[in-house]
Amino acid sequence: MILNATFLAAFLGAALVLALPERWARGVALAAALAGLGFAASAFSGYDNAPGAPHFQFVTQAPWVPALGISFHTGADGISLALLVLTGIIAVAGVLFSWNVAHRPRAFFAFYLVIIGGVYGVFQSFDLFLLFVFYEIVIIPKYFLISAWGSTNREYGAMKLTMYSAAGSALVLLAILATSAASGAHTFDLLALADPSRASFAPAFQAWVFPVMFVGFAVLAGLWPLHTWAPTGHVAAPTAVSMLLAGVVMKLGSYGALRVAMTLFPIGLAQWKFPIAVLAAAGILLGALVALAQRDLKFTVGYSSIAHMGFVLLGLMTLNLSGLGGAVLQMFSHGIIGGLLFAVVGRMIYDRTHTRDIAELGAMGLARTLPFAAATFTVASVASMGLPGFSGFIAEFTILKGAWMAFPPLLIPAGLGVVVTVAFTLIALQRTFFPAGEAPAPPPLPPITPPEKLGALLLMAATLAVGLFPSVLLDPILRSFESPLMRTLIQGGPR
Amino acid sequence: MTILTLIPLAGALLAALLPSPRAARTAAAGFLFAALGFALFLALGYDRAAGGIQFVERQEWIPALGVEYFVGADGMSLMLLLLTTFVTPFALLAAGPGIPRIHVVLILLLEATLIGTFTALNFIHWFLFYELSLVPAFLLIRSSGTKAATAAALRFFIYTLVGGLAMLIGFLAIQIAAGTFDLVRLAGLGPSLDGLLCARFQWPFAGALVFAGIFLGLAVKVPIVPFHTWLPDAYAEAPSPVTMLLTGLMSKMGLYGFLRLLLPLFPQRMQELAAPLLWLALATILLSAFTALVQTDLKRMLAYSSINHLGYCLLGIFAVAAVPAGASSASGARDAAMTGVLLQIFNHGLTASALFCFAGFLEARSGGLRGLRDFGGLRTAAPVFAGLMGIALFSSLGLPGLNGFVGEFLIFSGTFHLVPWAAAIAAIGLFITAVFLLNAIQNLFTGPLPQRWAKFPDLTRSEVALAAPAIALMFVLGSYPQVLIALFNQP
Amino acid sequence: MSPLLAALAPEAVLLVTALAVLGLGVSIPRARNAATSLALVGGILSAATLRFCPGGGVFLGGMISLTPLAGILQLVVLGLALVAIVFAADSFPDAHFAEALALILFAALGMMLLCATDDLLMIFLALELTSLPLYVLAAFEKSRQAPAEAALKYFLVGSVSAAFLLYGISLIFGVTGTTNLHALSSFPGPGDPLLLAGMVMVLCGFAFKVAAVPFQLWAPDVYEGAPTAAAALIASGSKVAAVFILAKFLFGGLGPWAGSMGAPGWAPVLAVAAAASMVLGNLAALVQSNVKRLLAYSAIANGGYLLLGLASGEPASLPAVLFYVIIYALTTAGAFGVVILVEKSRGGSRLEDFDGLSKSSPGLAICLLVFLMSLAGIPPLAGFFGKFYLFATALENPGLIWLVALAVALNAISLYYYLIVLKHALVLPAPDGGHFAAPAPTPTPTRALVAALALLVLAAGLFPNLLLTPLTRSLRPATAAESAPACLP
Repeated sequence: MILNATFLAAFLGAALVLALPERWARGVALAAALAGLGFAASAFSGYDNAPGAPHFQFVTQAPWVPALGISFHTGADGISLALLVLTGIIAVAGVLFSWNVAHRPRAFFAFYLVIIGGVYGVFQSFDLFLLFVFYEIVIIPKYFLISAWGSTNREYGAMKLTMYSAAGSALVLLAILATSAASGAHTFDLLALADPSRASFAPAFQAWVFPVMFVGFAVLAGLWPLHTWAPTGHVAAPTAVSMLLAGVVMKLGSYGALRVAMTLFPIGLAQWKFPIAVLAAAGILLGALVALAQRDLKFTVGYSSIAHMGFVLLGLMTLNLSGLGGAVLQMFSHGIIGGLLFAVVGRMIYDRTHTRDIAELGAMGLARTLPFAAATFTVASVASMGLPGFSGFIAEFTILKGAWMAFPPLLIPAGLGVVVTVAFTLIALQRTFFPAGEAPAPPPLPPITPPEKLGALLLMAATLAVGLFPSVLLDPILRSFESPLMRTLIQGGPR
Repeated sequence: MTILTLIPLAGALLAALLPSPRAARTAAAGFLFAALGFALFLALGYDRAAGGIQFVERQEWIPALGVEYFVGADGMSLMLLLLTTFVTPFALLAAGPGIPRIHVVLILLLEATLIGTFTALNFIHWFLFYELSLVPAFLLIRSSGTKAATAAALRFFIYTLVGGLAMLIGFLAIQIAAGTFDLVRLAGLGPSLDGLLCARFQWPFAGALVFAGIFLGLAVKVPIVPFHTWLPDAYAEAPSPVTMLLTGLMSKMGLYGFLRLLLPLFPQRMQELAAPLLWLALATILLSAFTALVQTDLKRMLAYSSINHLGYCLLGIFAVAAVPAGASSASGARDAAMTGVLLQIFNHGLTASALFCFAGFLEARSGGLRGLRDFGGLRTAAPVFAGLMGIALFSSLGLPGLNGFVGEFLIFSGTFHLVPWAAAIAAIGLFITAVFLLNAIQNLFTGPLPQRWAKFPDLTRSEVALAAPAIALMFVLGSYPQVLIALFNQP
Repeated sequence: MSPLLAALAPEAVLLVTALAVLGLGVSIPRARNAATSLALVGGILSAATLRFCPGGGVFLGGMISLTPLAGILQLVVLGLALVAIVFAADSFPDAHFAEALALILFAALGMMLLCATDDLLMIFLALELTSLPLYVLAAFEKSRQAPAEAALKYFLVGSVSAAFLLYGISLIFGVTGTTNLHALSSFPGPGDPLLLAGMVMVLCGFAFKVAAVPFQLWAPDVYEGAPTAAAALIASGSKVAAVFILAKFLFGGLGPWAGSMGAPGWAPVLAVAAAASMVLGNLAALVQSNVKRLLAYSAIANGGYLLLGLASGEPASLPAVLFYVIIYALTTAGAFGVVILVEKSRGGSRLEDFDGLSKSSPGLAICLLVFLMSLAGIPPLAGFFGKFYLFATALENPGLIWLVALAVALNAISLYYYLIVLKHALVLPAPDGGHFAAPAPTPTPTRALVAALALLVLAAGLFPNLLLTPLTRSLRPATAAESAPACLP
């Protein structure tokens, strides 16, 4: 029940925000976000990680529409809990960074909380119908948040993002329907469908269902070349929404791919893993290269998200414990870091300077007028580069190790991608905040407000904590892969 | 051992919080001297009879990935720690009282990361500090504010990072094959590591590839020709105190890496590849020497001279690797060469940082000029300065009686026994070195004094006090090298 | 009292009400409120009769067949008619107001009879009883050209299709000697070409009512031109009845002649028609600038989805189809309700007329969001579950996978045009000095009804069993204990 409380708090919060007067909106939103984080964190700390304990804990199961075999089945293992905690952290940080929203704040926070609730729901659902319901709930509020509160090219960006998401969902829906029909079991329960003792799906069926379902999920994860919605959408979105999108919503895609597509169709997975891994590596390298060429700071950050998600997808395809565990950890890590980067670029910088052009920003002497922003962006950049001490390093090196074991040739584009990532991150950091030469007298800017500082500190603490003590997350995540559901993914060999 | 790493960290924190930059500087200096004292204490407490790695601390960190917090030091590490804790305060104080607070903090952080690198015994732990050291170094290099400095810093960072990445990938493969990141255990595996790699990946070239990766990473750091192009710009454009740190300490990380990481793990490969490796060392020595000869910028010349001296260390290492242990006649030569390498590491660190310190003084007085042609006859205007800097230059040259001689001598004598042809060719480098250093002395100090330098101020008392310990050490170590050798007479 | 009359009590009540309203309208010129009240009371009475003492059984050789399923659908249709009455009360002009209400009631009567018959002739009768009032209602704004033209189109095309229907029935009767659907089903395959021709013509007649391609041309003009309350009834009530009767005809009468993907029969034809309707409806809706017209094309597309459900050829798909059409009817009715309110404030129903709706009437904007998102198939609304159920059932027949894939894809595309409408309503600001600057004087009953419909759509989405269980239960063969009591002895 405690898991269900996460999304219930969010949806209830959304309703309350709409009902109560405008000046209560952000307070209620913050309360709802904190409540969700609290529930997620207490579930995480309450999770029994001992070797003999059941893998899926906090399970709720009730029939919903028995005529179709649909039940309300939720629970969590290490993977789910890590992502639930991520959602909680990003939710709170997002509200803090949106503290100054003046235009129709009630509608803003209501839509925001609906997305949060939907995301919470996806990460804990074990019934395919239920998972899809939550997955779809997330789509519509995104459109409104971007088109009503966004910036550059917002209507186009919003529609493009939404339609891509809808297209991906359509593929997933088709695959889910086909799966249930083909299973002959008249159920939508994931654990029942993936039960190893059941006869698996016919190879010919898997050969087409797997790519359809995987691509459907992976669109949302930014699989190259279906990623073009992401930079446009992220740039158009207001800060908190970019944080949500890059931080959490993209992870919905990779989670769905892992939890549903990969577990149900091992034969299809084996056939398609190499092409997908190649695309993932391409995403790492090409995302980084395109980021290098950007002149708009938010686009740089947007493309860097594509590169980092490429790591996630590569890790998933390695099918060994190292790569898979690293991929989930990278989902968490990039969620935090991406959120932090977008927060600085959008809220701290753009809201004040009304420009995102790197050259223009460099001339503003930002290191002197906004020292907190400079420091935060430096920390975020360093973390994004994968420097040890922060969560990104552990995740990336674990994935690289997994890739070594599975697809050694792909280490080349991946490694190059890391180098280019370092290059563009450093160049962007330098040109924006620390340009060479003396800047003329910088125009004064409003100082960083306490809510922003709080949000930034929360995110920085998270990435540092996981960087220094990754076992806290890594152990539950790795143990999740021993459950009967996930075990089939690991195709022999040591970790 | 952890305490040693923590001292500069605590100092950095305090310096960041103190109100005035001067107070920060004073506090930082205090912490650094404390670190030096502690390092001395450790060195004295080292049990020479037992040898090996002592002061071990070991903790589980990320068991799922085989990463441990594993630190310890043997004689070689202790020597490097002493060097680090000596050069860092030297550099900090050389920067003068006007140093901005952020630089103080960065220098302290840099020392912490260096200490961490020199004491780490688990690869990931080592790699963590290695990468972390890049950040303060990067920021410090570009702090002179010029566009050239920014570009140089960026190049430094990227080159070194790429090298680091290559090493990481190599070690990942090692972990997959051997199951551990523990450097001590891996050293124990010795020659069989190569075989393990080939077996695990079912590819006969796996071992070679991993070796190449790790070698590449170290080659960028040392640097070895042709991966050295980042160095002259970085050394020249960075403020002199920063260059002191770069040349004195960070370059040693690469050599330390060879000694700790590559040599124990791939002795066979190194033996097989001895000839090409020696040629690389020779290329480094000769190319840098010739290039130094034609430099007109003092700092650039010193930079190339640094590369040259590091090349001698490489020569020694590769020579030792070329002839495997076992042949008893060679063992004396090996010992000699290895001792020479270690001595040279320390001495070069000392001498080069002193030289850059003086270069910094010169630059400050001349308003930024540092071309060799710009000066002349400074001996008459600033005799103390000329004298002290002259001593340092002679030490770099390898004058007997000063510290530079012993190390070079031992390296050459050992190499001559092991790989005579290489020693012969390298000797040319010695000769060229002498030429350009003497040239520098002549251009700077002798000859007619141009009008504009008539009022060239001599060293102040505080500056003399600053340089004095280093100069004194040069004499001491020149006469009694046993002081150091005793630390690691069983390398 | 004969059992037949007792069974027909609800219809009788409705008839009496209609006549009374008509009489009221003739005698008292400006009896708006009285007429509305009378119509509502009569309708509710009829519904109560239906709910609490439904007659059961088959009469007149199958002409009247009152099954529990028929009872549910009659209730739905009656409810939709009552909704139309409330909408009409708030939007129709005073002239001939009572006549309009009476027409709605007559149409409702026809729809109820449609749901309760198994005989082709009776079907024709009831269909005409439904259609003629709807033609007149569509032409109510005869002063303007476009509505008049639309209504005329509706009438002409409708009459032609009625002619087709009648001719087809006569052919069928000629060959088989019966007009009873059950008797028809015992006939062997479509060997006789005359019989085949008859079947096809009957199907064409039904397809017109459902607005399936290629008989959909009337829909956009009529939805746009007719008074919105009438359009609401056409879109909702008449669709429910038409789909039900189509299903009965196909599964009951032509069951053995279904065919499948490989074999000839009506199933493949339906599949093609479904595909064409979905494609045409969704693609044409993308470029619409008038919301009513957009809803018309959406209706065509939804007709396609319904045909998809029927195309599986399995009677097991009946609950899914019926669930979907009921939900669709409720949703569309609600959407038209919002349109009525916007028209009252802004004078039109173009996209621009919806600008700034969320600022002046946030509740209304939320209701519109609910309706359109249900039409787009977004959870947790009923439309999503309906589509999901429909597609899942269709996939029981693996050959339809291509059709379901097409449907899913087009459904995703449909999100685009619904979002465009919502963009105008929720995102774009009202034009300066627009009528929405002051709170729009929206009539309360319509508002309340719209809100109630929105809540219903949400509830049905979260707890589909509310509707699903009665439907599935009623499809099971009745046991002796379930025979319903009659109201009159």
